[in-house]
Amino acid sequence: MSTIALPHEAQAHALHHDDRSFVRKYIFSTDHKIIGIQFLFMSLFFLLVGGLLAMTMRWQLGWPGRPIPGGAILGDAKAPGGVMLPEFYNALVTMHGTFMIFFAIMPLLVGVFANYLIPLQIGAPDMAFPRLNMASFWTAVPAGLMMLASFLVAGGSAGAGWTSYAPLSAVPEYSGVHTGQQLWCLSLIILGFSSLMGAVNYITTVINMRAPGMTWFRLPLPVWALFITAILILLAIPILTGALILLYFDQTIGTTFFLPANGGQPLLWQHMFWFFGHPEVYILILPAMGFVSEILANGARKPIFGYPAMVGAMIAIAFLGWIVWGHHMFMSGMNPVLGGYFMVSTLVIAVPSAIKTFNWLGTLWGGSIRFHVPMLNALAFVSMFVIGGLSGMFVAATPVDIPLHDTYFVVAHIHYVLFGGSLFGIFAAITYWFPKMFGRMMNETLGKIHFFLTFIFFNLTFFPMHLLGIAGMMRRLYDPTQYPHLQPVQPMNEFVSVNAFLLGATQLIFVFNFLWSLFKGRKAETNPWHANTLEWAAPSPPPHGNFEVTPIVYRGPYEYSSPDSPVDYLPQDRPPLERPSPAPTLAPAGN
Amino acid sequence: MERWWMPLPEDVSTFGPRIDSLFFTILWITGIVFVLVEVLLVYYIVKYRAREGRRAIFSHGNTRLEIIWTTATFAIVFFLGLASQPLWYAVKEPARFPRGGLELNVTAKQFEWHVTYPGLDGRFGTADDFEKRNELDIPVGVPVHITLRAEDVIHSFFLPQFRLKQDAVPGMEIPAWFQATKTGEFVLGCAELCGLGHYRMRGRVIVQSQEDFQRWVQQQTQVRTADAAR
Ligand code: HEM
Ligand SMILES: [Cu+2]
Ligand SMILES: [Cu+2]
Repeated sequence: MSTIALPHEAQAHALHHDDRSFVRKYIFSTDHKIIGIQFLFMSLFFLLVGGLLAMTMRWQLGWPGRPIPGGAILGDAKAPGGVMLPEFYNALVTMHGTFMIFFAIMPLLVGVFANYLIPLQIGAPDMAFPRLNMASFWTAVPAGLMMLASFLVAGGSAGAGWTSYAPLSAVPEYSGVHTGQQLWCLSLIILGFSSLMGAVNYITTVINMRAPGMTWFRLPLPVWALFITAILILLAIPILTGALILLYFDQTIGTTFFLPANGGQPLLWQHMFWFFGHPEVYILILPAMGFVSEILANGARKPIFGYPAMVGAMIAIAFLGWIVWGHHMFMSGMNPVLGGYFMVSTLVIAVPSAIKTFNWLGTLWGGSIRFHVPMLNALAFVSMFVIGGLSGMFVAATPVDIPLHDTYFVVAHIHYVLFGGSLFGIFAAITYWFPKMFGRMMNETLGKIHFFLTFIFFNLTFFPMHLLGIAGMMRRLYDPTQYPHLQPVQPMNEFVSVNAFLLGATQLIFVFNFLWSLFKGRKAETNPWHANTLEWAAPSPPPHGNFEVTPIVYRGPYEYSSPDSPVDYLPQDRPPLERPSPAPTLAPAGN
Repeated sequence: MERWWMPLPEDVSTFGPRIDSLFFTILWITGIVFVLVEVLLVYYIVKYRAREGRRAIFSHGNTRLEIIWTTATFAIVFFLGLASQPLWYAVKEPARFPRGGLELNVTAKQFEWHVTYPGLDGRFGTADDFEKRNELDIPVGVPVHITLRAEDVIHSFFLPQFRLKQDAVPGMEIPAWFQATKTGEFVLGCAELCGLGHYRMRGRVIVQSQEDFQRWVQQQTQVRTADAAR
């Protein structure tokens, strides 16, 4: 089933003589699959760290001033007697956002899946630049360790928010944080190099290394999404890096780029940060959209609805993403006329998001839906992303953003897109490609329990945050009970905290399932989901070099339930049935 | 705030009700879209679940549908833009601010609000100016014009019950206005993380009748001049 018996040039040498040492094979590996898996372990670790930080914050928000159980280990500088100090709260809120965005979600989506999937889905033996790829991972690790270590330095970690607005982030006297704030800059500068090395690699690989017959419009949607994401990374990260270097200079050598003295401008930081930051939020959703499209088609046993519209919408998002950054700055003191313009561009960018949603619904229409765990998570993505997109309309409308900006309403918005969207997309992707990565199936029952509990507790945790925001609860607030107008909603804060803990506890099921399945899971077949794309033609797990023979692509990736096939799927590399000729001529790798 | 499911704070500024009504308009529109999408999703999930002997429809899409839903979404966002723009300018564009009323200087610094009043003569920089800390006293029914400054880091001047928010940025002087429709005591908060005391950077807004306010200004000016004479 899985391989086509075509006499064709193969990477067989790599397959049969794999005599690399353990270190070359698993640690300093140039194999894109190993690097993807390394990124997987790294970013899941940071996902857990970020989650722990969040739950610590939720303790304080639910029961302000009550000693954290076991909080004594934090020490007097952070939480004397177990009661956290405001400076520690600021460190938590900053590092939670930083770890989640830069060290968990972004590497999960890109580091893991761009590496793992792109060569396999386009039928290539590896990345275009395998050693650059290895360097990319081994640059990300020290960046992460540096960020982690900043908790231990005197003064603690950065505490100016993940958005790090100057002058607070630039002047130690203002934040009370000296070294931590600098380590934050350095770590992200280093991580930026890692992202750039990855991005050039993904772009080159997609352009140059597609298998014969893999035209642009036969590319699986995850590849399209990751390709567009890589371009966004390539263009956006240097802006962040530039801004970080200027901020670091302000912190260390007395420049005043972002300080009001000597012609500096605090707003300049915000413009630079958000000029990077808005494309960044699309970096954080586009790959998940790609995975979900793939999995929805597979689960529904139907071609993806409106493939060209799906690609077009992603390209539109990638362009429009550059001209909307000011919607983060409506209240910043920026000229209100600019605010008016940014509102319009922001409303327009909602259109491609809507197009994608409707096409996902179209994909389900008339399907024959199988509810495997990846599918459940993909369906959750669609339903939750809708909420995040719609809450975006409230904050995009400038007058309504006046009361809602910098409140929990925005916190709710970002968690519906990033947890409800990106993270459900990641759960879908991990459970879907796990069998390919590790050659074993994850446990289906545990997967379903984890899914349903996560779905429930996610909503119970984050939906009420819309209400807290409407009630006027500011974000990054150490103690809401300080404000008279927030005292009536304190029970809601307790409710959110309880559910946040349950949501966190639920993730242990995933951790257990992941680790257990790694060693004890049922052995996976080559193509357990009866999917069409090329990675399922390679063995599970694929050997070094991936394919025994270079696959030849005859059709698009989503020909599910095609009348041309007796079964309800038709792999991209299956030679057309009605052509009985012994060896089809080599299809040109067209563009 | 009797309704936990719609805990909007009391609404006591002139433009507040317009903002709230736009909020509810968007809530209706997004609410309808939300229900439509989720109901359709659940309906499809149930109706098209895998069943023995039925194959999925082999369809790659439908151009007419694409055009319809793209146009519909455009129409909705176009409407939202149209509905928002005038209100945004009314609240934020200095050229459209109402004339007259009370002028105040508000300076934010870690972790306090300093409010400077022009005193009886209505002019700043004269001897009868006086200052209040974390207290914003204003008359009802009169436009209040504020010039916002910050001394150290960025803060955000947030009056939840007046539906007003404006960052205060070091090196900038940012104008803002609002007009109270009701007397009473309300909240002044800081909405931008500004350091370890951010959470307690809180003030009170005290709205009095115009007569009471006039009396209060007189009283404050006397205290001030008495202080100066001493
Ligand atoms: C329909 C599409 C969307 C619209 C109209 C939209 C609009 C907005 C607006 C106007 C803000 C600023 C709110 C404020 O600070 O007052 C915002 C914040 C944010 N959005 Fe979205 N958004 C959309 C989709 C997304 C997606 C897909 C993501 C990421 C996956 C995302 C992530 C974020 C984040 C992280 C912030 C907060 C940044 C911060 O201040 O910390 N948004 N969004
Ligand atoms: Cu944005
Ligand atoms: Cu503040």
